[in-house]
Amino acid sequence: MSFLYETLLAPFADFEFMRRALAACVALAVGAGPVGVFLVLRRMSLMGDAIGHAVLPGVAVGFMVSGLSLGAMTLGGVAAGLIVALLAGVTARATGMKEDASLAGFYLTSLAIGVLLVSARGSSIDLLNILFGSILAVDDQGLFLVAGVATVSTLTMSFIFRSLVVECFDPVFARSVGAGGAWVHAIFLALVVLNLVSAFQALGTLMAVGLMMLPALAARFWSEDISQIVFISTGFAIMSSVMGLLLSFHVEWASGPSIVLVASMFYGASIIFGSRSGLLARWMRRPHFHEPEDASR
Amino acid sequence: MKCTADIRLTDVIVTYRRVPAVHHVTGKFQAGTLTALAGPNGAGKSTLLKALMGLVPVSDGTIDRGGLSARAFAYLPQLPEIDRSFPLSVEQTVLFGAWPRTGALSKLSSAERSRAKDAIASVGLTGYAGAAIASLSIGQWHRVMFARLIMQDAAVILLDEPFAAVDERTTDDLMALVKVWHAEGRTVIAVLHDLNFIRRHFPETLLIAREVVAWGATAAALEASRLDQARTMTDRWARNSDQGSHGHQHNHDHSHPH
Repeated sequence: MSFLYETLLAPFADFEFMRRALAACVALAVGAGPVGVFLVLRRMSLMGDAIGHAVLPGVAVGFMVSGLSLGAMTLGGVAAGLIVALLAGVTARATGMKEDASLAGFYLTSLAIGVLLVSARGSSIDLLNILFGSILAVDDQGLFLVAGVATVSTLTMSFIFRSLVVECFDPVFARSVGAGGAWVHAIFLALVVLNLVSAFQALGTLMAVGLMMLPALAARFWSEDISQIVFISTGFAIMSSVMGLLLSFHVEWASGPSIVLVASMFYGASIIFGSRSGLLARWMRRPHFHEPEDASR
Repeated sequence: MKCTADIRLTDVIVTYRRVPAVHHVTGKFQAGTLTALAGPNGAGKSTLLKALMGLVPVSDGTIDRGGLSARAFAYLPQLPEIDRSFPLSVEQTVLFGAWPRTGALSKLSSAERSRAKDAIASVGLTGYAGAAIASLSIGQWHRVMFARLIMQDAAVILLDEPFAAVDERTTDDLMALVKVWHAEGRTVIAVLHDLNFIRRHFPETLLIAREVVAWGATAAALEASRLDQARTMTDRWARNSDQGSHGHQHNHDHSHPH
């Protein structure tokens, strides 16, 4: 019993930085979980990664203007992310180019500018901090930022949920009934950017992509219902955060990658054991249906 | 919902990359008529439907929807455009048909739910409400799309090859629904290829080969001479656009860039 306490609870009970880290991670998980699900459903799984790289020059400019100020770097990151997403979207619509191709063009440019800025002014340590963060050093400001973004993100998602589903599922139908459209897409992209930037102090934007996408990918193996998938994904993300933090505390691994690797384990386990389309479920066929009524189960 | 408005097209031109897909189409779909839209591949049938829906811009001419908005039209596109692996159930998919009444935010009333249940029953999918759409056969999927159309309760219904790749039984069931819509006074326009099927079920036909070849009672519109004409006109367009430009076989009384 005391072993369990020492392993699972004591780190949080005894150390304030662990409690802060936990709060930040849970907030990130709640914000990013649903967003990740829709990135997967839109077949834009790699978009989070691209945006994660695209924010770099903005963060760098924020850093150059006012040093290690969370506010300035966040603002810069959000601006850079939104500009890249917007340019990519507008270019795709105006030229008929595929959106992922157009995004690749812009985010690579943005990344190069970012690396140039960082290497011109700072040391490589700064770059590592920006890309990978350090959750064990989250301050009050960072905590409020993460919690604020999670709140805004969750509320916004609940408002655009139905529009987003219909827009992803059947864009032609959505247009024909006047649902969704460019503004839903734009708001959604803004949420992707916000969630990734808010994570940069805690996990770093790149690791935040892992917390956003891996639980969403894992959740897809467990359900055929979109609302359930959103909840499963958020649950996986929260569990990954808690377990990852404990792992990082006990084994003394870096916290960001520890959290993401736990999420990877959920992903791996889901590939094998997922009840909807996991490998085992496919191999061990259940008896097939005989009456049409069964199919509705 | 009975349709009381005629749809009038005046000199409608729709172009893709400056090549006209629909060329100088003039005429009207009378309120409450059941019209087949026929013609060879590449004749502009789908494009004309999209123009009626306001999904592609009209480069010249006007479409008068008789005071109705394009939003009041229901539209079933050709099937491959939808992602069927999407995690939705039959009921959830059909409920989207209530969008014109519920919009993005309002709660789905129990009245809408029971309408969806009725719609699912009337396409013969009772018992499948909770089934994942990914698990359906093509025929069942067509039925789901028809149930969603029923939910939309639109005055004008546009169908793009609604019976493609569907077996006879499903086609019969779905065609029966189309006839119900017609009897209810809705305007129905369907893109179809099977001329015998059109002759059997559709009172009116618009035969198109970018331009109108014939528009009116089906028997007259699908005469052999008209069909030949449609075929040669499409060939001519194909040849001309292969050469990078197309000659006009008629005199324009106005000019428009191609």
